[in-house]
Amino acid sequence: MITPPLETFESWKPEDIPAGYVADAGTSVHYETGGWRSMRPVWDEENCTSCMLCWVACPDSSILAKDGKMCGIDYDHCKGCGVCVKECRFSALAFVREHESATGKEA
Amino acid sequence: MAEHKAFSATGNQMVAEAMRQVDPDVMAAYPITPQTTIVENYAKYVANGLVHTEFVTVESEHSAMSACVGASAAGARVATATASQGLALMWEELYIAAGMRTPIVMANANRALSAPINIHGDHSDVMGARDSGWIMLFAETAQEAYDNTVISFRIAEDERVLLPVMTTLDGFITSHAMERCVLEDDQVVKDFVGEYTPAHPLLNDEAPVGHGMFAFGDSYMKYRLAVRRANMGALPVVEEYGKAWAEICGRPFDLVETWGAEDADYLVVCLGSAAGIARHVCRALREEGVRAGVVRPRVYRPFPAEQVAAACKNAKAIAVLDRADAIGASHAPLCADVVGSLFDAGITVPVKNYVFGLGGADVPVSQVETVYRDLAAVADGTSDTTLGFLGM
Ligand code: SF4
Ligand code: SF4
Repeated sequence: MITPPLETFESWKPEDIPAGYVADAGTSVHYETGGWRSMRPVWDEENCTSCMLCWVACPDSSILAKDGKMCGIDYDHCKGCGVCVKECRFSALAFVREHESATGKEA
Repeated sequence: MAEHKAFSATGNQMVAEAMRQVDPDVMAAYPITPQTTIVENYAKYVANGLVHTEFVTVESEHSAMSACVGASAAGARVATATASQGLALMWEELYIAAGMRTPIVMANANRALSAPINIHGDHSDVMGARDSGWIMLFAETAQEAYDNTVISFRIAEDERVLLPVMTTLDGFITSHAMERCVLEDDQVVKDFVGEYTPAHPLLNDEAPVGHGMFAFGDSYMKYRLAVRRANMGALPVVEEYGKAWAEICGRPFDLVETWGAEDADYLVVCLGSAAGIARHVCRALREEGVRAGVVRPRVYRPFPAEQVAAACKNAKAIAVLDRADAIGASHAPLCADVVGSLFDAGITVPVKNYVFGLGGADVPVSQVETVYRDLAAVADGTSDTTLGFLGM
C-alpha cells in the first residue's frame, strides 16, 4: 500500500502523498465514471453469440466477461459512448436514452 | 585529490563526457543548435560501445521529453539535452516531469527564442521553464558545466528532492568555445553518483503502482505544494552534493559565487558566462579605487534568496543583468528574484535592471564598465531605476 487509505483522503497532508502521483495500481476502479452517461447500451442475452467484438472495442473495459462469454455491462464505469452498440453484428446491444431506460443503474 | 592532465574542450564536450561517465540507462534526445554536439557525441559513445545507454531517437523534443518521463517512471536513470525551440516544444512535458517527480537530468545550451529567428545565446529559453518545478543550475564555464552535470544526478535522485534537474550552459559562449578543462576519472564519477534505485518503478510486477494519476481540486493543491516544498527544500541538498564534489575535484562550489562582494559599493548580479566579463571589469575598477563586485547564483531554481541578499547587503547600488526579458513585467526574471530577496531581507538598496546580450548580441567590456560607472548615479538617486536595454 503506497497511498494512505482512501477513506481518509480529506485529511491527507502534502507530506502523506508519495513523491509524484504514485499510487497503488488499479485505483481507477474506485472512480465511478458511469455518472457521465446520457446514453445506455442495453444487452439482449437472447441474440448475443458471445463473439466478444464489443469486449475488444469498449474503450473503458466495461463489457463484463466470464469464462470467455459476454455476461453484462459494468454501468459503474460505462460512459455510454456507443462503440459496442455500433460494433455488435447480432443486434444484441440496443442504445437508449439514459432517462428513458426502465432498468436504472443496477440493471 | 588526483592530478589530471588539462586539455582543451568545449562545454558541450564536457557535458557529454560527464554523461558518458554516469552512463544513464536511457537517453531520448533530438538534436538542436547549440546543444547538438552533446547528443551527437553521446550517440558516438553508444555506437562505440563506451556506454550501456538505450539511446532513443525520437522525432521531436516533445517526444524526447515524453520518452524520458516514461523511462524514468519505469525506473531508469535518464538523461537528455536540448535548447531553445526544443526546450519550448518540451514545455508541456517539463511540468509533467516535475509534477510526476521524475529525476531526469537535462542539459540545456541556453539560446534565444524566435522571432526573429536566431540561433545564438541568451536565457530566453530557460526562463520559460523557471516555474515548472525543475531544479536549474547555471554554469559559467565549460568546466563548471561538467561539474554541474555530475552533481545533477545526485540532486535529482535524492529522496528529499526527486525532481528533474536542468544543467545549463550559455549557448555558443560556453557550449562551443574551447576552454582549459580537466576530467575526473570515470570510476570517481561512477562512485560519486552510485547505483540508481528508483522508489516506485513501474516495471516491478511484485509491487504494482500507478503513475501520473488524475487529481481534482481537493488534492491537486496538495500535490503542487509537495512539489514546491521539494524544490525549495533542495537548496541544502544542492549545496551538500556541490560541496561533496568540490572535495573530490578540488574546484570550489557555492550556491552563490561572489567576487569582492564583502566590501563592494557597486555590485553586478548575473547568471552564467557574463560573470567572467564582470570580474574582469571589477579588477580594473579596483585599481582605480572603485569598490566593485560580482554576485553570481550558480543555482537559479530554487532561488538562493537568503544567500543573494546576504551577498548584496553592503552595496550602495546594484545592477542586475538579465540575459532574457519578461515582457510586460516591471523586471526581467533574475531581477524580479533579486528585488524580492532584498525586500524580504529588509534591504532597500537601489537596484537597476538591464536586459543585455539577447540573441548573442556582443557584450563588450566597455558596456559592462558603463554599468558599474552608472551605478554611482543610481546610488545617489540622480539616475532612475527603470529597466534598460544595454547598448541600445
Ligand atoms: S458484440 Fe454483440 S454478439 Fe458479440 S459479444 Fe458483444 S453483445 Fe454479444
Ligand atoms: S457504451 Fe461505450 S463505454 Fe459503455 S460498454 Fe459500450 S463501448 Fe463500453
